[in-house]
Amino acid sequence: MDRLEEGLRKTFRCGKTKEVGWRKAQLRGVLKFVEENESKIFEALKQDLGKHPVEAYRDEIGVVKKSAENCLNNIEKWMNPKKGKLPLLLFPSKGEVLPEPLGTVLIFGSWNFPISLALDPLIGALSAGNTVVVKPSELAPACSSLLYSTIPLYLDAEAIKIVEGGSDVAEQLLERRWDKIFFTGSPRVGRIIMSAAAKHLTPVTLELGGKCPVILDSFSGSDFKVAVNRIAGGKWGPCAGQACIGIDYVLVQQKSASILVELLKNCIKRYYGDNVKNLQSICRIVNKQHFERVCNLLEDPGVAASIVYGGSFDRENLMIEPTILLDPPLDAQIMTEEIFGPLLPIITLDKIEESIDFINEKPKPLAIYAFTKNDKLKKQILQETSSGSVTFNDAIIQFICDALPFGGVGQSGFGRYHGKFSFDTFSHEKAVLHRSFFLELEPRYPPWNDFKLEFIRLAYSFNYIGLLLHLLGLRTPNRSR
Amino acid sequence: MALDAEAVVKELRSTYTSGKTKTFEWRVSQLKAILKITANHEKDIVKALRSDLNKPEHETFVHEIAAVSSECDFALKELRGWMKPEKAKTTMTTYPSSAEIHSEPLGVVLNISTWNYPFLLSLQPVVGAIAAGNAVVLKPSELAPATSALLSKLLSQYMDTSAVRVVEGAVPETTALLDQKWDKIFYTGNGKVGRVIAAAAAKHLTPLVLELGGKCPAIVDSNINLKVAVRRIISGKWGCNSGQTCVSPDYIITTKAFSAQLVDGLTSELKKFYGKDPMQSNDFSSIINSRHFDRLTSLLDDEKVSGKVVFGGQRDKSNLKIVPTIVLNPPDDSLIMNDEIFGPLLPIITVNKVEDGIGKINAKEKPLAAYLFTNDKKLQKEFIRDVSAGSMAINETTLQIAEHSMPFGGVGESGFGAYHGKFSFEAFSHKKAVLTRSFAGDVEARYPPYSPGKLQFLKVMLSGNVFGIIRALLGW
Repeated sequence: MDRLEEGLRKTFRCGKTKEVGWRKAQLRGVLKFVEENESKIFEALKQDLGKHPVEAYRDEIGVVKKSAENCLNNIEKWMNPKKGKLPLLLFPSKGEVLPEPLGTVLIFGSWNFPISLALDPLIGALSAGNTVVVKPSELAPACSSLLYSTIPLYLDAEAIKIVEGGSDVAEQLLERRWDKIFFTGSPRVGRIIMSAAAKHLTPVTLELGGKCPVILDSFSGSDFKVAVNRIAGGKWGPCAGQACIGIDYVLVQQKSASILVELLKNCIKRYYGDNVKNLQSICRIVNKQHFERVCNLLEDPGVAASIVYGGSFDRENLMIEPTILLDPPLDAQIMTEEIFGPLLPIITLDKIEESIDFINEKPKPLAIYAFTKNDKLKKQILQETSSGSVTFNDAIIQFICDALPFGGVGQSGFGRYHGKFSFDTFSHEKAVLHRSFFLELEPRYPPWNDFKLEFIRLAYSFNYIGLLLHLLGLRTPNRSR
Repeated sequence: MALDAEAVVKELRSTYTSGKTKTFEWRVSQLKAILKITANHEKDIVKALRSDLNKPEHETFVHEIAAVSSECDFALKELRGWMKPEKAKTTMTTYPSSAEIHSEPLGVVLNISTWNYPFLLSLQPVVGAIAAGNAVVLKPSELAPATSALLSKLLSQYMDTSAVRVVEGAVPETTALLDQKWDKIFYTGNGKVGRVIAAAAAKHLTPLVLELGGKCPAIVDSNINLKVAVRRIISGKWGCNSGQTCVSPDYIITTKAFSAQLVDGLTSELKKFYGKDPMQSNDFSSIINSRHFDRLTSLLDDEKVSGKVVFGGQRDKSNLKIVPTIVLNPPDDSLIMNDEIFGPLLPIITVNKVEDGIGKINAKEKPLAAYLFTNDKKLQKEFIRDVSAGSMAINETTLQIAEHSMPFGGVGESGFGAYHGKFSFEAFSHKKAVLTRSFAGDVEARYPPYSPGKLQFLKVMLSGNVFGIIRALLGW
């Protein structure tokens, strides 16, 4: 471990990672990795999660390609200093803010999107000019192994290291000093990471989760069907509900509940089939521990009684059927903890506006989804709730919008990335003031007297005329203070 | 009466939940209240700072009062713009859609202030917190008791106490506050306490800004206007609270060939600024307390260092005064060259070539600020490229932090996060991404059952290639 960190620091010190040419070469390397290993990546994802290639492309390979290309197109612009506006008083002077790499950074990937959640932050770290350690999740071993064996063939092995292992390896890594730690995962582990980082004053980005709700307003016509399609896609589409921005539960008006359930059932049958032993196009649960955890959510008799569709599982293949619940008890675990699985509770309300208080009673989620045509409700949601992001009339898709920051607030985390925000997250913005020796202002210096104090008063209010008159002795000081 | 930190937070949270602090009007009223405090109580503030630090009126005015009021003025001027959502660009991939970034307050935040600029560093972050729409608790430093008491009195008099509160006290009160759940903690101080605060914040996943310090170096080349340079160095060192400032030049690096001239230049201007007997001058601050006084004198009295004093060295314990002091070439392993000095002692280290200064700086932790005095453009470029620091100034000291348009914050051991101007507003805001999609244009290929055809379609959609997408939508 010592040699790992020292080696990376030595590479950073030699300065090559700061060159735009090096950074671009690494970004191209990441692109080549996903392009040339597409079938291997599909295979690894199938092994680890039963992920279908279309889902794998959409959520993993496509995301990485898009990020790398976006960085390549914009990196020179991002690396440019930003000019600061300086007041006349400091003339002649020039101010600028320069982004510089933090140094040697540590990225923890997660198991649900084991390729994209390792490589997307890596892209940010590389574009910002850092040396990097990536620790993929051991719960997705095929992907971890693929990254470990293949990334060094495409990227500068002196500057980027993939470290495999479980929590013992993570602990060892956390004892070292890093210039930044980027973590995607649960709040429980987030606390551990942040506590370890505190010892070295390491800044941290935590991408956590939460119970991401859907507010489904009542409206008629084919658009309601489109909304339900998108909700079904947003629940079971990304990793069978095991996604930080995945839909956790739905809030809907009582009168629309039964049509919602009917439409959802149709979606499920169409998209995935209705035989739990032969479900198509949907991931399995990642491992036995999570499988038991999700199944246990249905143990509570009040919860079991509220199942209106699904509820069966195939323990051997770690498959849980897409399941719909109607009004499970609000104090049951399924409604107090992040589900992270293919169970969809529907909570009915008298008026859809009640969803705002409902959501506000829970910790701030990573995303809120609202399907509505009512502008007043939209405004209320934006102003009265807080979440990492809000998406109207769709779900999950905000993830691929590079111009939007992706990150949480409160229990869903802090810090953000995607697009330029990735570059910024792994950079330090250094302010630089340039002054010339020409033109000195006497009243800056002691010994102090009233003349100098008055000068400073006028200077601070940028009262240039007053200053000029004062210097020429043509002004009576304002003593009304 | 013991502090009931939980009750304070509960009350402020309830005020925040009512929505009052989010309104433009409330934020403006509170910023104007701070302006009233600075306008109506200048004499009281000056008096408190003389009492706590023997700080000269001019320093108090410039560094404490005017700095706060100018930050308020700037926030009042810009607030509407800051509060407006920003439009973000969407691509063909999410068409049709529109995207915005909304700034929203974090909730209830805590500012733990410090003793060297006890008025400024208490209120400047509070300005940011309020501008961003938060409820805020301020914990001033107990080491500056007169200012702490004054802040408590004035804020309860002028501000909305249901949302803005001052909690006075020492370690027990700070610990009680840190046990609570905050939506952000802002801390100014040293790395040791910074670690304690970061560990406490970790329990609640509370985001932080840590404004710490470090040994801010100044490289001085021979290719300069000596008189102007030394005045700017003196101003940034002894003119800023007697060196008890996080961005004061801590030590100087110059060439062996130039050092004598530099020492002469410094001593000649120092005599002009503070007189032949600086102990009699009332134009620089005293040391905050006897613990720091003893800490500083022991740096000087170290047997490896005491013989290297070339100017000053006099001290008066009863008045906690140490005169401007210059030390020439103390050894690398002396405490004065390893700990942040935070006082009126200025070591000068000599090197063979001025460029060697860069290596010396990089052997230490990243400082909050780094300075270079030279007219040599190549050296300036090298310095900016090769030295990492919170901020930098060329041919100047400390003034880079007076500028609203540039962020003020550290890196590495000097901290993380930044503020001043718009950066203060952002430090206390959550930037919420908002994507709005239409129901039109729903694409079958999004949904299972998946097929190779859908895979192809997806590849084109995600590439953002406009022509590809149009062709795909037309069914090729």
